[in-house]
Amino acid sequence: MGFREALDSGKFLVTAEVGPVKGTETDVLLEDAELLKGKVDAVNVTDLQSSVMRLGSMAVCHLLKDHGIDPILQMTCRDRNRLALQSDLLSAWVLGIRNVLALTGDHPTLGDHPDAMSVFDLDSVSLLKVIGRLNEGFDMAGNQLKGAPDFFPGAVVNPGADNEAALEMQIIKMEKKIEAGAKFFQTQGIFDLDLFEKFMKRVEGFNTPVLGGIILLKSAGMARFMNKNVAGVFVPDPLIKEMEETKDKVKTSVKIAAELIKGMKSLCQGVHIMAIGWEKRVPMVLDEAGL
Amino acid sequence: MVIAEIKPFEEIKNLLKKYKKILVAGCGSCVTVCLSGGKKQVELLASALRTARKIESDDVVVGEMVIPRQCEPKFVDMIKDEAGKYEVILSMGCGAGVQEIAERIENIPVLPALNTTFIGMADEQGQYLEVCAACGDCILSMTGGICPVTRCAKSLINGPCGGSQGGLCEVSKDNPCVWQLIYDRLVKLNMLYLLKGISQPKTRSVHPRRMVREDLKLKKESTKGV
Repeated sequence: MGFREALDSGKFLVTAEVGPVKGTETDVLLEDAELLKGKVDAVNVTDLQSSVMRLGSMAVCHLLKDHGIDPILQMTCRDRNRLALQSDLLSAWVLGIRNVLALTGDHPTLGDHPDAMSVFDLDSVSLLKVIGRLNEGFDMAGNQLKGAPDFFPGAVVNPGADNEAALEMQIIKMEKKIEAGAKFFQTQGIFDLDLFEKFMKRVEGFNTPVLGGIILLKSAGMARFMNKNVAGVFVPDPLIKEMEETKDKVKTSVKIAAELIKGMKSLCQGVHIMAIGWEKRVPMVLDEAGL
Repeated sequence: MVIAEIKPFEEIKNLLKKYKKILVAGCGSCVTVCLSGGKKQVELLASALRTARKIESDDVVVGEMVIPRQCEPKFVDMIKDEAGKYEVILSMGCGAGVQEIAERIENIPVLPALNTTFIGMADEQGQYLEVCAACGDCILSMTGGICPVTRCAKSLINGPCGGSQGGLCEVSKDNPCVWQLIYDRLVKLNMLYLLKGISQPKTRSVHPRRMVREDLKLKKESTKGV
């Protein structure tokens, strides 16, 4: 069962995420993917995450597909104009990729090629509209396609935006993304279930599945770093303390993630697990969460 | 207004090293207002050039003038006779000013003393902010009079990227997230509904752009014989 069918079935969805390396090394990534096979409904492949030049998302999605995993192609607007985005979408389709996650993308200045030209010809909302248009058999300029894709498009939302205006605008933009064709949402990492519940109450009328983001904490230091530097991620002090005092970081990390997932089961339609290098531990998290 | 800043003095000095008769030409418009190329800056630069050459025992004549608007052909034409007395014109106008002089005065080279930076405004005394990208497709009516095309690092027109922290841009903490500013202003105006419509991707223009005003053009018949 592919991701789209899993979503239509109404089951509690589980997606994971892998980030390609800088280089051509794919063995570790495919090993990790093998462990996820059959345990998750889809695996996101990031698109030059943090604006760092790497192996591309489309090629890795294709490899995952060959290994029997339904990939979600993350596509940012940072590096490609509307010609390249549309062409890459068509290429992805003929390589067997069916799900696309439309994102704005980090700015190049945050990555390892800070002098690169930033493109942002389209934004995430217009990219979703373009995907819809391609699905209908037309490009953005209205020209007819010979053979059309049938992508399943999704988008992201950041429920942890750190002030009222930012959160309101996230919700306004979420509505625009739905209007533009988003069929599911994956969120930034959630650590505060009360806040997440309030967010979900606000958006339940949108009737679009939300997969709550789960980030595996590797250490107290990582939690503090994210609190300071990652927009929308806030790890509460008790969790940081737990990570600080534990003798077994992996066990505690897995436990925290599993508790969050259990809490989310009644709040949203699935979870999206970002293991950030700890992909091999995702099956443990799923076991502990009873999934 | 057009914002420009004076090039480093050493660079200007090097540009001029082979010339003995230099006309420093300021501009009375934008660069006067942003204190880069007005009367005062012309005086200071001319004086600095004279002093620098004197130290090197290198004779030089430095003339000074301020053209009311360097980007206006008729004002540039008015300096032709005076300019003829010099080997080079050092323009303290913006890029349009330098090019208007180059267009009108054929036999004397014109060099830029300024780096033209952007269309902006002073957001504090002595501090200027880029606010208009001259994109040619203004959406300020939708955004409370605050431009996301220019003031969002990603030029996002459908709301923020989600990367701001504490209301500040993820790219530079020196800048507020412009979408935060837009939101705050629309709340005050009770016009938040404006944010709900989807904005279409911009039409990208090809340089150089040209604006044609048929109503201002000289009629073909009337130019006959001119």
